[in-house]
Amino acid sequence: MSRLDTEHQVETIIGLEVHVQLRTQTKLFCRCSTEFGAPPNTQTCPVCLGLPGALPVINEHAIELAIRTGLALNCEIPPLTKWDRKQYFYPDLPKGYQISQFDLPICADGFLEITDPADDTHTRRIPLVRAHLEEDAGKSMHDEAAGISDTRIDLNRCGTPLLEIVTQPAMRSAAEARAFLSELKLLLTHLGVSDCEMQEGSLRVDANVNLHIEADGKEIATPIVEIKNMNSFRAVERAIEYEVRRQYIDWEDTGETIEDRAKQTRGWDDAAEATFAQREKEESADYRYFPDPDLLPVRLPRERIEAAQATLGELPAATRQRLQSQYDIKAYDADVIVNQGPAMIAYFETTAETAGDGRRASAWMQQDVMRSLKESDWEIGTFPIPAIDLGRLLRKVDAGELDNARARDVFQYMLENDTDAEGAIEALGIVAVDAGEIEALCRELLEANPKVVEQVRGGKEQAIGALIGQAKKKNPNANPQQVKETCLRMIREG
Amino acid sequence: MSLSGADVRKLALLARLELSDAEVAVLGPQLARILDFVEQLSELDTEEVEPMTTALDVVNRWAPDKLHRSLTVDEALAAAPRRDESCFLVPPVLGPAH
Amino acid sequence: MSIPLDSATELLRLQAAGELSAVQITQAALDRIAATEPQISAFTHRADEAAIAAAEKIDRDRSAGLPLGPLAGIPVAVKDVLCTRDMPTTCSSKMLAGYHSPYDATVVARLRQAGAVLVGKTNMDEFAMGASTETSAMGVTGNPWDPSRTPGGSSGGAAAVVAAGNCPLSLGSDTGGSIRQPAAFCSLTGMKPTYGRVSRYGLVAFASSLDQVGPMAWTVEDAALLLQVISGFDPADSTSLDESVPNFASDVAATDVRGLRIGVLRDSLDQEGLEPEVRRAVLEAIDVYRSAGAEIVDVSLPHSHYWVPTYYVIAPCEASSNLSRYDGAHYGYRAAISDAEAAERGPLLATYCKSRDEGFGAEVKRRIMLGTYALSTGYYDAYYLKALKVRRLIRGDFDAAFAQADVLLGPVTPSAAFRLGEKTDDPLQMYLCDLFTVGANLAGIPAVSLPAGFTAEGLPLGVQLQAPPLQEARLIRAGAAFQKLTTHHAQRPTL
Repeated sequence: MSRLDTEHQVETIIGLEVHVQLRTQTKLFCRCSTEFGAPPNTQTCPVCLGLPGALPVINEHAIELAIRTGLALNCEIPPLTKWDRKQYFYPDLPKGYQISQFDLPICADGFLEITDPADDTHTRRIPLVRAHLEEDAGKSMHDEAAGISDTRIDLNRCGTPLLEIVTQPAMRSAAEARAFLSELKLLLTHLGVSDCEMQEGSLRVDANVNLHIEADGKEIATPIVEIKNMNSFRAVERAIEYEVRRQYIDWEDTGETIEDRAKQTRGWDDAAEATFAQREKEESADYRYFPDPDLLPVRLPRERIEAAQATLGELPAATRQRLQSQYDIKAYDADVIVNQGPAMIAYFETTAETAGDGRRASAWMQQDVMRSLKESDWEIGTFPIPAIDLGRLLRKVDAGELDNARARDVFQYMLENDTDAEGAIEALGIVAVDAGEIEALCRELLEANPKVVEQVRGGKEQAIGALIGQAKKKNPNANPQQVKETCLRMIREG
Repeated sequence: MSLSGADVRKLALLARLELSDAEVAVLGPQLARILDFVEQLSELDTEEVEPMTTALDVVNRWAPDKLHRSLTVDEALAAAPRRDESCFLVPPVLGPAH
Repeated sequence: MSIPLDSATELLRLQAAGELSAVQITQAALDRIAATEPQISAFTHRADEAAIAAAEKIDRDRSAGLPLGPLAGIPVAVKDVLCTRDMPTTCSSKMLAGYHSPYDATVVARLRQAGAVLVGKTNMDEFAMGASTETSAMGVTGNPWDPSRTPGGSSGGAAAVVAAGNCPLSLGSDTGGSIRQPAAFCSLTGMKPTYGRVSRYGLVAFASSLDQVGPMAWTVEDAALLLQVISGFDPADSTSLDESVPNFASDVAATDVRGLRIGVLRDSLDQEGLEPEVRRAVLEAIDVYRSAGAEIVDVSLPHSHYWVPTYYVIAPCEASSNLSRYDGAHYGYRAAISDAEAAERGPLLATYCKSRDEGFGAEVKRRIMLGTYALSTGYYDAYYLKALKVRRLIRGDFDAAFAQADVLLGPVTPSAAFRLGEKTDDPLQMYLCDLFTVGANLAGIPAVSLPAGFTAEGLPLGVQLQAPPLQEARLIRAGAAFQKLTTHHAQRPTL
């Protein structure tokens, strides 16, 4: 471990619990809207308010989205899944229990492959324990600053479908945890099963962290800490990094190991850049899970799973491989394109097909397209230059009709004006210069610059560069490469 | 079997019931007696028996993902012991002493 | 003319014949309620004005020639465990005193749709936990046959209002016998349908896997009328059965029991604690059927000894969870806490614990504690899981018995109605009142309690018929036949 300058061998052990909100229109057990940002308590009904007598009815689409996610995460989808009540009292949980899944989750035993952050030519397979469906709780708002003594409860979110994805403690660095989350988000947004917006709470992460330390010939495990309240992937990374340092120092100070202390919860304070101990509950949690008698088990026949599998299409990992082989581009470049999501992939593929040159298309994507997107804060879906137009422009470059520099002018013009490549070329007054014109231009230049001719003849071929600038001045449409080649040929031919 | 006062209190906390000393004194022996009574189930060999959580032999009851009308804020908050214009008001977790 | 408030069938006929209006009937019911309430206190809420308004609408619709529902103009009382949007829904608990549901239970909506006139909500054991209606926080209900005795429970109020001649029909709920036992104590016909036959949406849950709504009336014919209205699939209840409902009227008419195989539960007749008069009533009922041509066969349910212990694990476990929602946060009773209490446990925890302590009565708390214990870590397998397994054995017994018999005949209760206060000090004694009834709930099968005579003191006795799942029609057929051959159901108390 590089960050810890210690005499001991230290290994970081990280497991993640990720809650993702599934993109259904209505809640998991009632048909209230799941839309984010509505005024408080305007999206509730007797079911999600937990009123006496109300009963839950499963949202079939949530089941479908969970199956799709599970399949994409290489999970097994068992033929039978059921619902259990997890019981605890909290004001954002109006029934006094959360409907969740205890021993028969909808998805079991999967994995997600990530690019090893330490070596981008390798992948790491992160095994998953399970993924289960459950209902979200409402929101508690406590504003002591405003002098309000009561907590305000908004139950709009209560009952929104969540899929809780639990990894094995298989990650070995904060960067790996972050890479896992990025890959997971990419996959889930690609599938359209979740928005995965940490800011809106549609993706939430808890990280279980501890250290395995080699000391005196034995391996010692530090007490496990669950870190909560992280609101960005960056925060997850930093919180884990902080926690690794803290646990090491704590171990040096106290010698406490996993046997001495039960799992504790610490919150991440983004401003303070530190984790802090959260108040321990005064009783150990006993959730008294038992099968929910209001809901029937869900039986998922093989045909249904197979049908879901068939709708998945190509997943990001496969797309990366395909882009590399089909377009002859580098792993890194394929990664960059795929990580931008399905719209970027489609844009790239259309551009590459039209241009007839995947590498050139990729180079333009990485530089010109992505830079423009970043500068103007655009999405690829609303990028002003259609992929087919960019492809046509690049085809001209490929055909030698335009050099890269002129092509960039055209690209810029296309960005700023609603026109295709042809239109831009015309508007910029770029006309193809025929070979006769170039020859005449070169002859004129050579005659005017005998010194240059001498230098070239003397073996200094790069001296020709002086002529290219002059050629540009005389005729801006002259292709510098063509000018260079023609001049050299004329000098050779005497 | 017997349940100590501490056992009963621990259970009461889990169930969020604030029992008086008198209630604890009565409930302990009552619960113990009822538990002794149900204890007779252990006489039966159920090793090979599947648990029965419902009398129904039905699965997959679900509904399509179609919006229904929600309650208005005022309907939702109508029975709230305390509320403001848009939210339920509940006492905070932490009190003045904390 | 005197208005026959003891027969929905007769009231429908008289309205159709133009001899009575819905308003006349309803007014008579309200008058009768006003007269008997001081003695029996069976209602938690009376809806006089709304009832008259509903009756007026029925009369208007009738004179306008509009189509009328099958219960048009019939006064019906509803156990206060069913949600009603125009009346409070309290479950006879301080926890829900004054609580108004924003919606109607599906069965209540069906009643309104059928033209029934809802006259009020009836008293019950708190959250349906009890067998005497004495755990109610809304006062004690008297049995119209002897107001010093219990009408039974938990649907004691629903039984009492019919027995008192307040209205011909009421809706009860039955988790372990809560319709059948009060029916037996009040000489009524009371049916617990197959689990899933009647929607539970809007039935405030006690034990979700056992609860079922059912009808109470003097006769099988009237009970069938009400059952017809409330039965059927409800997409809002995931445990509701999507099965067609037969036309029960034809079963009421077909009273030939020749060849019907009636299984007699001999073991139950030798059960310790079964009073001789109850035993005698069952034996007489056997004779009635035998003489009508039914085939009498002896059957046994080997695990019946384990019904009550199984029930008193499963029901409290589910109840402890179902009643977690009553915490004073979003609705219902919230206790005021002192600064000292707030400081000691934090305001939220203090409010939870005190609200639940003050809002719930002793029996409810006892069952919450019991269920919490049985579900807690370390005890789940020994209690809850064990009970679920025994439950399957119990169901298996019924399946085997129904291979030999079409319906099962036996007692409903070990005794006739006991005195108020007689069993309130001993919870286990009270639980044993459910000895013969909880089997049907555990197995999910339909069962009916039929009036079967009286004790020497003049207290009603009942017998129980049980049938395989979804065979309510068989119970109606056998029950109607019994009532054709007997007159127990025609006796009325002098209140």
